[in-house]
Amino acid sequence: MTAIQDRPAAPTAPKHAASDKSRSEARLAWMLAGPAFAVMLLVTAYPILQAFYESLFDYRLTDPANRSFTGLTNYGVILTDPVWWDAFGVTVLITVVTVAVELVLGFALALVMVQALKGLRPVLRAAILIPYAVITVVSAFAWQFAFAPDSGFVNSWFSFLGVAPDTDWFGSPGSAIFVICLAEIWKTTPFISLLLLAGLAQVPEVLQEAAKVDGATWWQRMRKVTIPNMKAAIMVALLFRTLDAFRVFDSVYVMTAGANGTEVLSFLAYRQTIARLEIGLGSAVSVLLFISVVLICALFVKGFKVDLSQARGE
Amino acid sequence: MSTREKVGWGIGGLLIIVYCLFPIAWIVSLSFKSSADISNGEFLPTTATSENYDTILTGDAAELFLPALRNSFGICLIATALACLLAMFAAYAIARLDFRGKKLILSTALAVAIFPVISIVTPLFNLWREIGLYDTWLGLILPYLSLTLPISIWTLSAFFREIPWEMEQAAQVDGATPWQAFRKVIVPLAAPGVFTTAIIAFFLAWNDFVYGISLTSTSASRPVPAALGLFTGASQFESPTGPIAAAAVIVTIPVVVLVLIFQRRIVAGLTNGAVKG
Repeated sequence: MTAIQDRPAAPTAPKHAASDKSRSEARLAWMLAGPAFAVMLLVTAYPILQAFYESLFDYRLTDPANRSFTGLTNYGVILTDPVWWDAFGVTVLITVVTVAVELVLGFALALVMVQALKGLRPVLRAAILIPYAVITVVSAFAWQFAFAPDSGFVNSWFSFLGVAPDTDWFGSPGSAIFVICLAEIWKTTPFISLLLLAGLAQVPEVLQEAAKVDGATWWQRMRKVTIPNMKAAIMVALLFRTLDAFRVFDSVYVMTAGANGTEVLSFLAYRQTIARLEIGLGSAVSVLLFISVVLICALFVKGFKVDLSQARGE
Repeated sequence: MSTREKVGWGIGGLLIIVYCLFPIAWIVSLSFKSSADISNGEFLPTTATSENYDTILTGDAAELFLPALRNSFGICLIATALACLLAMFAAYAIARLDFRGKKLILSTALAVAIFPVISIVTPLFNLWREIGLYDTWLGLILPYLSLTLPISIWTLSAFFREIPWEMEQAAQVDGATPWQAFRKVIVPLAAPGVFTTAIIAFFLAWNDFVYGISLTSTSASRPVPAALGLFTGASQFESPTGPIAAAAVIVTIPVVVLVLIFQRRIVAGLTNGAVKG
C-alpha cells in the first residue's frame, strides 16, 4: 500500500524530467504488477513446458526405471489411435451443440431481461446468477439424478411421449451426450445472456428509433440494427463459451465417467495420467489439448476478427 | 408497451425464473427423500425426512463430507485473498500508471483464463508428488491461483479505471496527508470493486473439480466437489443418491446467499471486465 504514495513529484526541468518520470513510473508499475504476472506464468507457462518435456518420454509411474526418451513417438501413438479421435469428435459435438443452443437461448433471455418490468428485474438478475454460481458437479448430479431410472422423475413425467419407465439415458452415446449437453446448457447460458445483455445496452437507442420511424418491423430492426451493433459482444461471448465448452470435464466425469462413447479430451488426459499413471502419454494428450485451444482462439481472432482488446476493456 | 406486451414479457420473466431454479428445487426435494422414497419416480418426496442430512453431518458420511467442507472453505478463501491482493497492485498499475507491458499483462491474464486446466494437472501431479505438495492445502492453493488471478486482474482493472482518482489530489490540496487521502477517499471508492472481484474469484475456486480430484487423495485436503464425485464409489451406503443431494444443497447455500445479497454488483463485475468498449 505504501508504494501508492511514491508517485513522483512534479517535474522541475520539464524535458529531462519527463523521461525520468516515465521511467520511474514504469519501474513502479512493474513492481506493482510484477508479482501477479510472475505468479500467472509460474502456474501455467511453467507446467505446460514441463508437460511438453515429459511428453517426449516413454514414462509410466509404475515403471520409472524404464523411462526413456522417445521424441515425438507419443504424439504419433495418440494421433493414430481412434480413442483420441473419438474423444475429439465427442468434444467437438458437445462444444458445437451447447454453444449454438446457448447463444440462441442466451439472446432470448437477454431480450426478456431488457423488457422486464422494473420490479421484476432484480429478481431475474438474482435467478439468472444462480446457475452460473452453482458448482458444476452439483448441477451435473442434479441432472443425472433427474434422468436416472432409479432416482429420477423424467421417465415417468415424459411417459406420455413414449419414454419407457426403465429408459437408461446414460446407456447409449446419443442420449448420454444429450443429457450432458442439457446440464452444460443450463449451467452456462446465464453467463452468455449477461454478456449479451451488456452488449444490448450498447446498441444506440437513436438507431432503433430511426429504424422504427422508417417503418422497420421488429425482426428487421433485430437483424439490421441490433445484431450488427452488438457483434463484438456476441463474438466475445462465443469465444469464451467455445473455449470453456471444449474443456468440458466435470459433467462427463459425474454422469458417465467417459463410458458408453462419451469420453471427451479432458477426460482422456485425466484417465491417462491420474488413473493409468502414463505420464508420457498423458502429457502428450495435455499438450495436444492445449494446442487445440490455442488453434480455436487463433481461428476466432484471425477468422472472425474478434477484437480481444474489446474483451479486456482497453 | 401495451398491456398484452407487458403480460407477455412478464410470462417470459417467470419462465426464466423457473428455468433457473428448477434443478435447484429438484436437488432440494431429492435431499429430503428417504432412501426408500428415492425411486418413487416423483418430483417431490412422499414424506420429507432429514435422514440424508443426518448421514452427512453426523452419520456415516460425515468423515468424508465435513473435512471436505472445511478444506473447501479454507483453500478457496486463501486462494481468493491471495489473488485479490496480487491483482489489486497489478490493477492499480494498469489503471493508473502509464507503462509499456500493460497489454502484455492483460493478454497473459486472458491466456491464463482460457488455459485448459487439465493440461496443467499432469505436470503438477508429477511435480507435487516429488516435492511433497501432493494432497496438501498449498498444493491446491497454488493451482487455484490460475483460476482466481486472471479474472481478478481483469475485473479489478475495469473497476479501478472508473475511480475518479483526482479526488485524492483534491483531498491533499484540502490539507489531508497522502495516507489520509488514500484511506478516506480512495479506499471507500475501491472497496466495492475489490469485494465484488473477491466474490467472483471465490465462485471460480469453489467450483473447481479437476484440480481437486487430481491433486488430492485423502481428507487432508480434498475439497467438496471432489468428495461429491467420490461419494458414489468410495462410500459404503446402499444408495448414495440422498446423501449426495443433501451435500449438494449444503454447498449451494453459501453461493445462493452471496448471489441474493450482491446480485447487482456481481453482474456489473462479470460484464465490466468482459464487454466494456
